[in-house]
Amino acid sequence: MSQLGQVVGILRKLNEEYQISTPKKLKLIDAYLVYVLLTGIIQFAYCLLVGTFPFNSFLSGFISTVGCFILAASLRIQLNKANQSTFNVTPERAFADFVFAHIILHLVVMNFIG
Amino acid sequence: MTTVNDNSSEYITNSSSSSSAGLKSLITVIILICVCISGFISRLFSIIRFESVIHEFDPWFNYRSTVYMTDNGFYNFLNWFDDLAWYPLGRIVGGTVFPGLMVTSGAIHWFFHMINIPIHIREICVFLAPIFSGLTALATYLLTKELWSKRAGLFAAAFIAIAPGYSSRSVAGSYDNEAIAIFALIFTYYLWIRSIKTGSIFWSSCTALSYFYMVSAWGGYVFIINLIPVHVGFLLLLGRYSLRLYVSYSIFYILGLILSMQIPFVGFQPVRTSEHMIAAGIFILLQAYTFFDYLYNKLRYVRNIETIFFNLSVIISIIVFAIVVLLTYTGYIAPWSGRFYSLWDTSYAAKHIPIIINLHLLICLYPVGAWFCVKDLNDERVFILLYAVFASYFAGVMIRLMLTLTPCVCILAAIALSKTLDYYADAESSEMVSNYDDSVSICDEVENDENNQYLDNNAQNIDETDDNDDDQNFLTSNIKIIVVTCIAMMLLLFIVHCTWITATAYSSPSIVLVSYNSDGTRAIVDDYREAYYWLRQNTPEKARIMSWWDYGYQIAGMSNRTVLVDNNTWNNSHIALVGKAMASNETEAYKIMTMLDVDYILVIFGGVIGFSGDDINKFLWMVRIAEGEHPKDIKENNYFNDNKEYRVDKSGSPILFNCLMYKLCYYRFGELYTDSAQPSGFDRTRSVEIGHKNFDLEHVEEAYTSANWIVRIYRVKKLSNRFQAKDALEKLTSSLSEESFEKNDGKGVILNKPHVKKGTKKSMRRT
Repeated sequence: MSQLGQVVGILRKLNEEYQISTPKKLKLIDAYLVYVLLTGIIQFAYCLLVGTFPFNSFLSGFISTVGCFILAASLRIQLNKANQSTFNVTPERAFADFVFAHIILHLVVMNFIG
Repeated sequence: MTTVNDNSSEYITNSSSSSSAGLKSLITVIILICVCISGFISRLFSIIRFESVIHEFDPWFNYRSTVYMTDNGFYNFLNWFDDLAWYPLGRIVGGTVFPGLMVTSGAIHWFFHMINIPIHIREICVFLAPIFSGLTALATYLLTKELWSKRAGLFAAAFIAIAPGYSSRSVAGSYDNEAIAIFALIFTYYLWIRSIKTGSIFWSSCTALSYFYMVSAWGGYVFIINLIPVHVGFLLLLGRYSLRLYVSYSIFYILGLILSMQIPFVGFQPVRTSEHMIAAGIFILLQAYTFFDYLYNKLRYVRNIETIFFNLSVIISIIVFAIVVLLTYTGYIAPWSGRFYSLWDTSYAAKHIPIIINLHLLICLYPVGAWFCVKDLNDERVFILLYAVFASYFAGVMIRLMLTLTPCVCILAAIALSKTLDYYADAESSEMVSNYDDSVSICDEVENDENNQYLDNNAQNIDETDDNDDDQNFLTSNIKIIVVTCIAMMLLLFIVHCTWITATAYSSPSIVLVSYNSDGTRAIVDDYREAYYWLRQNTPEKARIMSWWDYGYQIAGMSNRTVLVDNNTWNNSHIALVGKAMASNETEAYKIMTMLDVDYILVIFGGVIGFSGDDINKFLWMVRIAEGEHPKDIKENNYFNDNKEYRVDKSGSPILFNCLMYKLCYYRFGELYTDSAQPSGFDRTRSVEIGHKNFDLEHVEEAYTSANWIVRIYRVKKLSNRFQAKDALEKLTSSLSEESFEKNDGKGVILNKPHVKKGTKKSMRRT
């Protein structure tokens, strides 16, 4: 029980620190990430319930959500001021790369969805 | 005084360093151009000796597909059902081929025609491989530049341009997947190293696009999709995790996954087969690792946090591994396919490693370069070391994979040579060596001009560092000159060896043979093309040709006729049927041939000129394959003589003498004198006089034999008319003799007159 209390305490402290220290831009990206994650979970649940019949369509949609999640997470990592030392990239360049990768991803998804 | 000197020398060094930077890049460009040209030229031997023709067997199919694509368009090519191959079955080409090669040639062809240069598709196909070898040299330069330095990059480009291991599969005329696949491989690796170093989303997406090109080009893309995850795994194990790694691998994996599934031949394999599971596993592991790393950074203050996270990551990796094993066991994920499963057979690896011919000098420098990489380890050098280990193992198992080992050997040998020459090729006096040494090790990843700047700045401190150099003073200029000269001589020998090997061993087109007369003059043996063109011009368009599967692509490509089996060998039962027809006696073979609608049979016979790649030498394989499917009818032992040997002379087995292949190869051969000192019917390949001469063919007739008897074509006779009377003339003359004439009151006689059986009338009703 004390361990559970400990875990709850940690989570509350984590939440507080998150609300205070993260800038608005990154919180926006985090909200987007949660949305994409939910979409992915819904798609996967649908596939488990109804079956994989047009397998290419399922794969295309699911990989689209995973891809969007990964790309947004990478953008968040690159925009985070704390990581400035590991990445040598300006925020504008990071966003431009993000758009470029998204174009490729959605072109392929459109081709694959059948 | 020192300040004036400092200013002036600084001025001099600044201007000289900027112009020396310009000079350096000019020299680099010139060297790379020379490397590309030399790579191109060293692959042209067969074009110069013979002519611009597609070589061997597989390239003929690729050529035919490319021609189909340029004539009918890309979508018709993707949906092409080939009814000229595998006669009654056909072949779905769009779904069973890697289209990258055809698309590349087609794109070049389209581009040239768009700017009104009417170049024929055959020329593009023949010269595609040498051009891409130049591009491969450039990609190797870029990769080695990222790994070590520009100087090593130039060496690596020069090595890969002429190394026999690579040029053996990319001579002009060898229009096969490896021509573009090796370029795609190295370019993908270059982009991967670049994305790991920068952690940029742009470079990772480019890596995924290059990977897509590789998937479209060759089945060996499995090497990339396994080596990169293993690299990521090793970096995690070595504690070299960084956020750059997360960004680059995740983006590469996801984009690469969905791009690779666009190729119809690959289909859903990337999510279903074991070969791709390592990549998926590492992807999930990396997500979990990053998440835990993020939490860890937030929760540093909690005690025992390291052990908790370590245990959690171990548990998660075990769970993921267990899920993959379970899915494989229950069949959702296919196990390792046969061709890759055989690569894990270590007992085979111990026996077969012929490397000297293909790699010569480089194989000595290769471990040295690997050691240098181990000494100065960083993220990208872990990659090249893993590449070296795995490629060496696989090249040992399957000789064809020597091709993937060659770029790695070139890179590591270049690194070794470059580092050596950094010490010894230094033209300045020995006091500079220690400073240069320090600046080399510190500034290894920094650009060359900055290196020079540091060096020139150090030039002013020369007096102060004199006493530090006592241990380096033995490197006088004499020793340096000797070492550099020796290295230069070794490199010259290497060049001579490479060119000689490419010219003699790897430049034969296989479709045109050359032999040398006793007085040294060349005799071109062009029988193959002669016979294939005879087929093209003298047989009906829908004729079906039966031959062994080796020649299927060539017949389809050059004669444009339907074949029964070809080099794709996807249907073993069909091949076994052809083998059975070749191995049975004439009557049995005739039944099979009428069942398969065969019009012509083509065999290859080398006994007149001593060509050893003919069908009689391959015959036992035909028997074995036929025995695999029809064990009751064909038994291999029947074709051996009493001493259990396979011989065609007098001691040969009678079943061998009566089989179709023997008869077709040796028909009328018994009357031919191949050697004045030997009796007639002397087979120069087997060096014996054949045992069964002077026989006749019953169900086939000879249609064409090429000039040196290499290709022999026979026509299958249709079923004979009804009343086949062998002794018709006798019967006719006897029945027309005087007595029978009078017996029949002067009437003639009908041979074999059918007797009419009178039917009974129905009785009339009487009312």
